[in-house]
Amino acid sequence: MGARASIQLQDVEIEEIQNETGFSRNQIIRLYSRFESLDKSGNGFLSREDFLRIPELAINPLGDRIVHAFFQESNDETVNFRQFINVLARFRPTKVKISKNKLNTREEKLKFAFRMYALDGDDKISRDELLAVLHMMVGANISEEQLGSIADRTIHEADTDGDKQISFDEFKQAMEKVDVEQKMSIRFLN
Amino acid sequence: MEQLLITTITILFFPVACLLLLVVLLASIGKSLGLRRQYVQFLLKVFEFGRHKIEKAQQKQENPDDETEEEVDSDDEGKRVIRRDISVSLDGLKFHSARQDLVLEDKKDFHISDAMYFAKCGMEAVIEDDVTKCFTAEELKSWNFLTRTTQGHQFISVRLTILWCLGFLFRYCFLVPMRVVVLSIGLLWLIVSTAFIGYLPRNKFKGRLNEYVSLMSHRILARGCSAYVVYHNKENKASSGIVVANHTSPIDVIIMSCDNCYAMVGQAQGGFLGVIQRALSRATSHIWFERSEVKDRHIVAKRLRDHVADKSKLPILIFPEGTCINNTSVMMFKKGSFENSDRIHPVAIKYDLRFGDAFWNSSKMGMLGHLWELLTSWALVADVWYLPPMDKQEGEDAIGFASRVKKEIVKQGGFADLDWDGMLKRNKVKEEWISKPQEEYSKLIKVE
Repeated sequence: MGARASIQLQDVEIEEIQNETGFSRNQIIRLYSRFESLDKSGNGFLSREDFLRIPELAINPLGDRIVHAFFQESNDETVNFRQFINVLARFRPTKVKISKNKLNTREEKLKFAFRMYALDGDDKISRDELLAVLHMMVGANISEEQLGSIADRTIHEADTDGDKQISFDEFKQAMEKVDVEQKMSIRFLN
Repeated sequence: MEQLLITTITILFFPVACLLLLVVLLASIGKSLGLRRQYVQFLLKVFEFGRHKIEKAQQKQENPDDETEEEVDSDDEGKRVIRRDISVSLDGLKFHSARQDLVLEDKKDFHISDAMYFAKCGMEAVIEDDVTKCFTAEELKSWNFLTRTTQGHQFISVRLTILWCLGFLFRYCFLVPMRVVVLSIGLLWLIVSTAFIGYLPRNKFKGRLNEYVSLMSHRILARGCSAYVVYHNKENKASSGIVVANHTSPIDVIIMSCDNCYAMVGQAQGGFLGVIQRALSRATSHIWFERSEVKDRHIVAKRLRDHVADKSKLPILIFPEGTCINNTSVMMFKKGSFENSDRIHPVAIKYDLRFGDAFWNSSKMGMLGHLWELLTSWALVADVWYLPPMDKQEGEDAIGFASRVKKEIVKQGGFADLDWDGMLKRNKVKEEWISKPQEEYSKLIKVE
């Protein structure tokens, strides 16, 4: 089983990851064994198929976008463990006191959410991009027209400079009252 | 040198042969000297000692963590990485915690932050999900002195290492050869006796003889894996009809057959299992089929119905999950067996994985590999509960009946109840499942 392949993580590397992500040693080892069990081909990389083999992720309406986030991090067709854990680190709970971990700040969490919408890299969410995500979330259950008006209203509410798009700054403003720290944090156990 | 070897063999031959004979004899009449029980209890003490040592060693290592992350509060969560807040399943969105920010009670306008529900939920699934967990070996709370379960524990103490070495020698130099011989005797007996019975004319005598021989050979086989099984509520044991149980490994069949004689339904297998299947078929009517053949399905259903209608025939043993699962959960029961009978006899089988993992991870290893793991483990310890028979209620469909029966098994065995289809082990999710969470979410947002 996965256990036999055991730990190929060196202590040095674990320490590096600890500094980079803020995960504890134990958490890193556990996440590594998860990584290994997802890696069906056993070559130390995850492909899109490896991710989508998790049924719960495959039926998640935004599953594709979530998987995409890992590949944005790696800029490649595969994801290695460091990239994998870096993405997960964004979902660590934010602590007010500890500010040295850069990956799990409110800003980083917002960036993650923003990138789920804005795919084309122009750092703005266009109406089409918003519509695409809406489509994924509701499927065929809400009519095209209604989705259109939802998209228009959402952009109208967030857009302050009048370019009919949502920039990252506007996105941040729209999220002002949202408890991002809560919504984008996973309760990691120690 | 040669001389010495021959002398040792001659000296050892007699006691070993006697021991083997004793094991096989005892097994075939179904008696026990209580040795296995003592052995199992002794092992538990050793594991407990090991756990103590390891904990001590870890306490020394651990440096106080400045993190304020949540502490693990219950025993069960020792194996988890995260605590789930939200998940999507076949019934839509599920919220596991009562945290205010996650309550979506009334319809409200779409907000651009809504995608965060799905983002969080998807990330949680990447870190931990029920289904893939079911198809990988369960993790142990304390080490059982098998290297395959060390999980990155390295050298801990001299005493533990010595204990492991002793255990290793015992398992590989004593247990394995003994088990191989006992298993071979059991297997040979099974094949020879079924071949013989196959020639007899169909009558009551043949049935009785088959029952007797089947019990005998399965008991020998079970001893060959050092199986120590406790059967509970024997008064509920079925004498005909359909028996359903949760599925962990093909070994389930041996465990069940040590206490009762069953007819089997299952996928025709190749290789080693195929040989056994063909042997079994000679003695009495089992139903083997190719899963891929749709036409087969109807034939199987018909044969099932005929078999169940004939009260003189053996009870049929079915594993409605259709695949092996790691014995922590029970997955969806296929409705097939519940369409063909109004009365079902549920059975829960729970293994104690501290002594060796009975789960057959068929996507990772073949049957022989699995067998080798069992042979080199400490023992095969299991509980089998016969539950009272359940009848289909008026107006209930096969799916409802199946899930009701499953709930009883889950309750008895202390498993987790999953609605997912076990076929996910090999296949991708179905398209229609994707639309379920979408539908659920759509209900939550207001549209003009």
